[in-house]
Amino acid sequence: MPSSSAAGHSPVTLLIGTRKGAFTLKTDRARRTWTLSAPIHLGHIVHHIVCDPRDRRTILMAASTGHLGPTVFRSTDAGKTWKESSTPPAFKKLSEGEKGRAVGHVFWLTPGHANEPDTWYAGTSPQGLFRSDDGGVTWKSFSYINDDPQYIEWMGSVQDGTPDGPKLHSIIVDPRDSTHLYFGMSGGGVHESTDGGKTFAPLIKGMETVEGFDAAVATYHDPHCIRLCPSNPDRLYQQNHCGIYRIDRPSTEWVRIGRTMPKKVGDIGFPMVVHPRNADCAWVFPMDGSTVWPRVSPGGKPAAYVTRNAGKSWSRLDKGFPRSNAWWTVKRQAMTHDAHNPVGLYVGTTQGEIWASRNEGAAWICIARHLPEIYSVEAASLGR
Amino acid sequence: MTVHIPSALRSYTAQRSEIEVAGGTLAEALAALDQRFPGIRFRIITEQDRIRPHIRIFVNDQQTFDLQSTLRSEDELYIVLALSGG
Repeated sequence: MPSSSAAGHSPVTLLIGTRKGAFTLKTDRARRTWTLSAPIHLGHIVHHIVCDPRDRRTILMAASTGHLGPTVFRSTDAGKTWKESSTPPAFKKLSEGEKGRAVGHVFWLTPGHANEPDTWYAGTSPQGLFRSDDGGVTWKSFSYINDDPQYIEWMGSVQDGTPDGPKLHSIIVDPRDSTHLYFGMSGGGVHESTDGGKTFAPLIKGMETVEGFDAAVATYHDPHCIRLCPSNPDRLYQQNHCGIYRIDRPSTEWVRIGRTMPKKVGDIGFPMVVHPRNADCAWVFPMDGSTVWPRVSPGGKPAAYVTRNAGKSWSRLDKGFPRSNAWWTVKRQAMTHDAHNPVGLYVGTTQGEIWASRNEGAAWICIARHLPEIYSVEAASLGR
Repeated sequence: MTVHIPSALRSYTAQRSEIEVAGGTLAEALAALDQRFPGIRFRIITEQDRIRPHIRIFVNDQQTFDLQSTLRSEDELYIVLALSGG
């Protein structure tokens, strides 16, 4: 179940997480006018804000501040009011002298399976996997991986992670089977469970690593964003530190499909978006991953790229974007889609702008600007 | 003792800046605070019982990092937000 989908042709609400709080952008059925909300929890660092597609009224927000510890805020009235989780995700307390881990921030939120209505999953930095069975009120470590020596080795140290800390992300629940789960770790690879989390195993074959590192070791893999195709749950796409990939299960080998991207642009980036009804169609938003990793649009010319043939070829989608001197990019949770036909696409930029396309990326318009740095964008169809 | 609450935590205390609690140690005082205002302690102290990186706690004019620090009923406890960037 994609957490980012907005149902049918109902009005779309974008849930926007930023470095300084959350916002919503609401539109009409035609997606032509947009209304920005006041800040929600202004000053909080909001890494992810997600609506529960099972009731369309529950919204969870992963938040922290520059000073205070991490928490999860919950709304059960479609964002009108908010309460804090009574027990936010936290690692096990170890005895004095042992090196216990502390959650720095909650990074990723995923609603559980449709048959498990109050279940949510959370990924944290440093990497941890947590689950709530009461709609986000209380959270517990999920599975064994938070305390498993092998997984902790694969997670690496803080220095093995991204500049803002290593992250567990892309928690995916197979819509056909609540016990079939995937997640990604930056760094630490892609992992899969087919028994409801009793066991997990790496799913990294075919994924490349930075030159000189052993691709057989999960530690050295850095998946940035993994998406399962709702129209074909056996197909997943991945934007990785080392390229764009696709896997078709039951194969256990990822295939690098980014080699067909233009050489000047490359196939490095953070977000990955899949079409809600066409598993051959997916979008990326490349960034400059050369030399010192500037993490800006290549050449200062922002563009999305789409494949409509499962990665055999890619087309540039830049109509409406600045033609030059636009040195922003899009973080891994800041690109999403709605469920309209044609599909609406949305990107939130590191410069605080929201860009929208009503036609699957053929043309883009800026629908909000002057927001804080955007960390995440999710499209929801909120209930009344 | 009196606990001085910084502005960032007053959403827990109904905007009150000073709270009276009892406790023979810093750990007991924070536990008492959390009992009255659930959730406030976790924003200050990690699950490993360490003061969070950008929080400082002073007992009167002495900074402490030890949750087992002993306290007297007349002590003033200050929870302070340290600099944490822009």
